[in-house]
Amino acid sequence: MSLLATNYLTPTGREEAWRFTPLKRLRGLHDGLASVADHISLYPIGTLPTGVSFSLEDLAPLAPSDDVIIERVRGASAQVSHLSVAANCEISEPILLGRRDAALDKAEFSRVRISLGVHAVATVIIENTGACLLAEDLEIALAPGARLTFITLQEFESASVYTARHHAVIDKDALFKSITVTVGGDLVRILPTVEFISPGASAELLGVYFATAGQFFEHRIHVDHAVPHAKSRVNFKGALTGRDAHTVWIGDVLIRAAAQGTDTYELNRNLLLSDGARADSVPNLEIETGEIIGAGHASTTGRFDDEQLFYLMSRGISVEDARRLVVRGFFNEIITEIGIEEITNRLMDRIDAELEKAGA
Amino acid sequence: MSTLEIRNLQVSVNTDAGAVEILKGVDLTINSGQTHAIMGPNGSGKSTLAYSIAGHPKYTIVGGSVTLDGADVLDMTVDERAKAGLFLAMQYPVEVPGVSVSNFLRTAATALRGEAPKLRTWTGEVKDAMQALNMDPAFAFRNVNEGFSGGEKKRHEIMQLELLKPKIAILDETDSGLDVDALRIVSEGVNRAKEKNNLGVVLITHYTRILQYIKPDFVHVFSNGRIVEEGGADLADKLEAKGYADYVSK
Repeated sequence: MSLLATNYLTPTGREEAWRFTPLKRLRGLHDGLASVADHISLYPIGTLPTGVSFSLEDLAPLAPSDDVIIERVRGASAQVSHLSVAANCEISEPILLGRRDAALDKAEFSRVRISLGVHAVATVIIENTGACLLAEDLEIALAPGARLTFITLQEFESASVYTARHHAVIDKDALFKSITVTVGGDLVRILPTVEFISPGASAELLGVYFATAGQFFEHRIHVDHAVPHAKSRVNFKGALTGRDAHTVWIGDVLIRAAAQGTDTYELNRNLLLSDGARADSVPNLEIETGEIIGAGHASTTGRFDDEQLFYLMSRGISVEDARRLVVRGFFNEIITEIGIEEITNRLMDRIDAELEKAGA
Repeated sequence: MSTLEIRNLQVSVNTDAGAVEILKGVDLTINSGQTHAIMGPNGSGKSTLAYSIAGHPKYTIVGGSVTLDGADVLDMTVDERAKAGLFLAMQYPVEVPGVSVSNFLRTAATALRGEAPKLRTWTGEVKDAMQALNMDPAFAFRNVNEGFSGGEKKRHEIMQLELLKPKIAILDETDSGLDVDALRIVSEGVNRAKEKNNLGVVLITHYTRILQYIKPDFVHVFSNGRIVEEGGADLADKLEAKGYADYVSK
C-alpha cells in the first residue's frame, strides 16, 4: 500500500495531480474535514437480469491508488457495492444504476466494483444525479474475453461535488469501452484509468463534457500499457461557455518496456463558446519501447468556426440555431455511441437548454 | 416578380496590409426568370460580389446599395437575407461535422417556411430532390459536406436550391470541378428551379462550358472589381474565342 493510506497526505494544490483542481470547492473531501454519512446511494434501477447480482461485500481493492481521496474512501470502508456478471452471460439489455437519497451536507464515501466473468458481455450505465458530495472508488474487473460497455452520466445538480476514480483492470482479450459524460455539478473530477494485465485486450475511452459558468470539470485519464499487444483509444470532446467555466483534460498514456505491439491513440477537442472560459488540455505519452504498432495524440482547442455559421445562416438558419447545430454536431460523434435514444435525446436537450441559458 | 438591384456597390476586405478595395462600383439588376452570367478572370472580384450579397462577415461594404424588391439587403443579417429570398450556391461548401444532411435541410426549411414541414410530405420532397440529382438516398444520413466529393458538394448545393425555393440565386462557380455528366445533372437542376419557381439566376463562372446547359439572357464581363462589358449570350462566344486579355489590360 502507498504511504498515503497511513498518512492521508492532504494535497496543497502544488502537486502535479492537483494543480488544476480548486481544492476549496472539494468541501473537505480532500483534507478529511468533511463529515461522512453512513449511506450508500447507488442502487440498481429495475430488476436485474439472470446472471447479474448486486450486493454489499467486503472486498480488498483490485489495484493500488495514488489518489488521496481514493485512499480516504478505502480507509473509511471495507464494504463494496458489487455488481457482478457471471461468466459466459451475455446481457443484451443495459444494466442501469442510479443514485437515491444523496445529500450535500454530508459526504458519501462510495466503493463500487463491477466484475465480468470470463466471456461475459454487458452494458452498465450509472446515472449520477441529484445534489451530493460524493467520493467514489470504482473498480472494474474484466476476466479474459469479457466485453463491457461502461457509461457514466454525470447529470448532477449544480451544487454537487463528485470526485472519483473509474479504474478498469483488463485481462486477456477482453474489451472495455467507456463513455463518460459530464454535464452537471459544481466540481466533477474523474480519473478514468485503465490497466492491461494480459495481452490482446483493448480499451476505448470516450467522453464528452460541457461546462457552463462557474463549473469545474476535470478528466484525468491514465492508460497503462504494461503488457504486449494491447490497444487503446481515447477520444474526449468538451465545450465550455460562460465566465469561469473551466475544464481540464489530462491524457497520460504509458507504454512500458514490456508492452511491445502496443497500439494507442488519444484525442481531445475543446470548443470555447464564449470569453472567460478556460480549457486545459494536456496529452502526455511516455514510451519505453520502440517495438509498437502506433502511438499518437492530438489536442485542439478552438472557437466557433465562422465559415460553418455563415454556411448554416445563409440557408435561413438563425445564429442561435446555427450555434446549437454546430455544438450538437460536435458532441454527436460520441453521444450517439451511447446507442440509447432516450439517453442521447435527454443529453442533447440538456446541452441545448444550457446553451440557451448561457445565451451563447 | 422579384428584383435584386445592385447599385454602385463598393466592397473592401481587411488584410494585414490594411483594407483593400475589391469591388469598385458594381451596377446590376436581376429580375425573376432572368439568367445573368458573370464572367471574368480569376481575382476580378466575382466571388466577392457573391459573398457580399450573402453577407459574409469578411467583407466590408464601403458604399452603394443592394435591394431586393426595395428592401435593404445590406441591412439584413445573413439568415434574414435567405429568408428574404436570396440563395448562394457556394464554390467551396463548408463541412459541418456531426450534422446530418437530413437534419440540416429540415432545420433550414423550417426557418425559411416559418414552420416545420410536415414530416410525411417533407420526406417525399427530399427524396424527389435527391433522385432528380442522381443522389443516393443514403446521402441524407451523411454529415453536411463531410467527405463529399467535389461533385457531391455541388449537387448538394443545387438540391438545396430546389428545396428551399429562393427568389434569386447566385451560383458561385458551381461548374468548377464537375465532369460533363455532373455538369449536365447540376445544370438541369438549376433549369428546373428556373422553370418551377421563376428563379432569377446570377451565374458566376470562369468558363463558357456551363452556358451550353444554362442559357444566359445577359453576359457581364467582370474585371478589376467592375463590370467592363455587357451583352447577350453571344458575348460569351466572343470570350470563348478571345479570352479575357482585352479586359485585363483595360
